[in-house]
Amino acid sequence: MKFTVLLKQTPDTAELPKITPEQALAGNQGVTKVVNPWDEYAVEEGIRLKERFGGETVAMSMGPDEVDEALKSALAMGCDRAVRLWDESFEGSDVWGTALVLAKGVEKDGGADVILTGKMSVDGNSGAVAHGVACKLGVSLLTQVAKIVDISDGMITVERLLDEGRETVRAPLPAVVSVVKEINEPRYPTFIRIRKASRAKIPVLTAADLGLSPDQVGAAAAKVKWTELVKPPAKKREVVIIEGETPEEKARKLLDYLMNVEKVI
Amino acid sequence: MKHYWFTEEHEMLRRVVREFSEQEIRPKIRELDAKEEFDRSILDKMGEMGFLGVCIPVRYGGAGMDYLALGIVSEMLEWGDTAFRETISVHVALNSLAIFQWGTEEQKEKWLIPQARGEKIACYALTEPNAGSDVRGIQTRAVRQGDVYILNGEKMWITLADVADHFLVFAKTDPEAGHRGISAFLVERGAPGLKTGTIHGKLGARASNTGWIVFEDTPVPAENMLGEEGEGFKIAMSALDNGRYTVAAGAVGVIRASLEESVAYAKQRTAFGQPIANFQLVQQKIALMQQRLDVATQLVYHAGWLKNQGIRNTRETSVAKWYATEAAFASANDAIQIHGAYGYSNEYNVERYLRNAKGAVIYEGTSEIHTLLQAQYALGYRKDKPLRRELPAYDPEEWTREA
Repeated sequence: MKFTVLLKQTPDTAELPKITPEQALAGNQGVTKVVNPWDEYAVEEGIRLKERFGGETVAMSMGPDEVDEALKSALAMGCDRAVRLWDESFEGSDVWGTALVLAKGVEKDGGADVILTGKMSVDGNSGAVAHGVACKLGVSLLTQVAKIVDISDGMITVERLLDEGRETVRAPLPAVVSVVKEINEPRYPTFIRIRKASRAKIPVLTAADLGLSPDQVGAAAAKVKWTELVKPPAKKREVVIIEGETPEEKARKLLDYLMNVEKVI
Repeated sequence: MKHYWFTEEHEMLRRVVREFSEQEIRPKIRELDAKEEFDRSILDKMGEMGFLGVCIPVRYGGAGMDYLALGIVSEMLEWGDTAFRETISVHVALNSLAIFQWGTEEQKEKWLIPQARGEKIACYALTEPNAGSDVRGIQTRAVRQGDVYILNGEKMWITLADVADHFLVFAKTDPEAGHRGISAFLVERGAPGLKTGTIHGKLGARASNTGWIVFEDTPVPAENMLGEEGEGFKIAMSALDNGRYTVAAGAVGVIRASLEESVAYAKQRTAFGQPIANFQLVQQKIALMQQRLDVATQLVYHAGWLKNQGIRNTRETSVAKWYATEAAFASANDAIQIHGAYGYSNEYNVERYLRNAKGAVIYEGTSEIHTLLQAQYALGYRKDKPLRRELPAYDPEEWTREA
C-alpha cells in the first residue's frame, strides 16, 4: 500500500496574531514556521497506516526551499521519503491551483492508495484543498475523518465526525482522506530519526516535471484573489451579574437573558 | 539567534525538545514542584525518544548525536524545568559518558547499552554527608574479599537515588592514599545491603528526585570496577567535566526562559498609563538578561565544540558552569523584579526559576570552587595532565554506524 500525506508549512499558531494583514498578503510573514497542526495528524495517520497495512508513506508539499523544514519534520516522525513541488510559476496559486499541483505531484510520484491531509490549514483556513485534489484526480473524497476502520479489497472504511455523532462510510480506493484531530495523537520524532531527516536531500518536482504550463497555475490562473485582509475585531468580554431575590428568580432571569438577549439557546 | 556551530540537525533537535518541554513538562510542573513529585511517565517518554542516549554512538544503543546535542537537550529541558535536565546530567553526562570513556567493552555491553536505550536508569554517587567539594574526604569504603569488593558507607544529595537501576559509586579502596585511594564501581539496584531514600524539603528542583544511598556490606563483583584501582578520583573529575557542561547548558535555558517571560510580561503589563517595557530600568534588566544569554551561550557551546574535537576542556567547562549558573540566578532574580508581586507568587514561573537556579551555583562545583580553579589556571598553579583514557572525540561516521 502507498500512503501519501499532503502537508503545508504554516506559521506557528502562537505567532499567528503577530502577523499583520500586509505581511500576510505579501506572503512575507517573518515568523516561525511549522507543519500545519492539522496536517500533523495526517502525517501520524499516514505512518500508522503503514504500520498497520505495510507499504510506504510519502510526505508531499508545495512550496519554496524553506518548506523542506516541514517535510523533514514529517520524515523525522516516520515518513519514508518526501517530495517537494516547486516552481516560480506556482507562486500565488489559489486553492484550485494548489490542488492541481498536488494532484499532479501524486500522479507523477506513481499515484497512491490513500492520500491524507488535515481538514484545513491554520493560515488559509479554506479547508478545500482536499476536495480539489480528489476532484482533479477523480477519486473518492472522505472528509472529517476521525478513524480509519479498515482498508481491504480495494475499499476503505472510515468514521466521519458529524455535528451530532459519527457515521461509518466505505469508499473505493484510491481515496483522498482529510482528517480531524480526534483521529490520533501525533508522535514525537525520535532523535535517531531527527539525525537522519536533517541530512535528507528532498527531490523537487518543477512545473515542467509535472507537465504544467504557467497559465494553469500561480497568480495568473487564480480564480480567487485576496483583495483585502483585515484582522477580526477583538473579542468583547463582558461580565453580567444576574440579580434576583431567590435562586429561582435568578435562574429565570438567566434563562431569559441567554434566550432573548444573547440568543445562545 | 543562529550560531555558526549549529547544524540543521541541532536546530531540529532544539525545536523538538522545546516542543517536548512545552507540552510534557510545563503544563504539569507547578503541581509536580509543589508536591515534590518526580514524574516517571516523562522520563519514560524521554527514553523512547532517545534523550537518554543522545550523544552515545548507535552501536552502544544511543542516537549517535554529538556533544553540542547534549548541550541543546540540557538547555531546552531546563527551559521547561530543572528536574529533567538533572536527569540528563546524571544519567547521560555523569554516568553513561564515564562508562563510554573509561569502561571495558564488556562493561559497555552490560551497562551502557541498556542505559542509552532508556531501559535502565543511571545515577552518580560521589557526594557524602560529610564530603561535597572535598572529594578526597569521602568515607565510603570498598574492601576486596576474593572476587568481590565489600562496600560500606553513605551517599547524600544523589540525583535519581530512588529512581536509578544503576549506580556509579566512588569509594576508598586505600584510605591512606588520599585521592589516589579512591576507586569507581558500577552497582546494580538489588545488590544486598543497598538501600535508597528520597530527600524532601529542597528549595528548588523539587520535581527532581534527590536522595541518599546506604551500603551495608554490599558485595560488588571485582569486574564491576570502572577503570583501575585508585583511578576513581580521575574518573569522578572527568565525569564532572561532562556533568558541569550539562548544568551550564541548563542554566542557559533558565536565562532564556527568564528573558522570554520578562519580555512578554513587560509588554502587556501597564503602569502609569503605559507598558512597563517602556521604562528604562525595566529595559536595563532585560538588556542584562540578553547579555548573559549571549555570553553564557558562547561559553557553553564553545566547551561543547571542544568536546567534539576531543580537546580537554576542564577549564573551559568550569568557567562556563560558573558564569552560566550565576547568570541564571541573576536573570531569574531580575525576572521576578520585572513581574513585581506576581513574580513573587507561583502563579508565574519565575519564582521557580530562582529557586531552581540556586541549586546549580552549589552542586557540581560551587561558584567558590570554580573561582579558585580559574585563579589556579591563570596563575599557572594548575595544569591538566593527559588522562589514561580521554573522552572520545565526536566521530560522525563511527558514531552513527549501525551494527
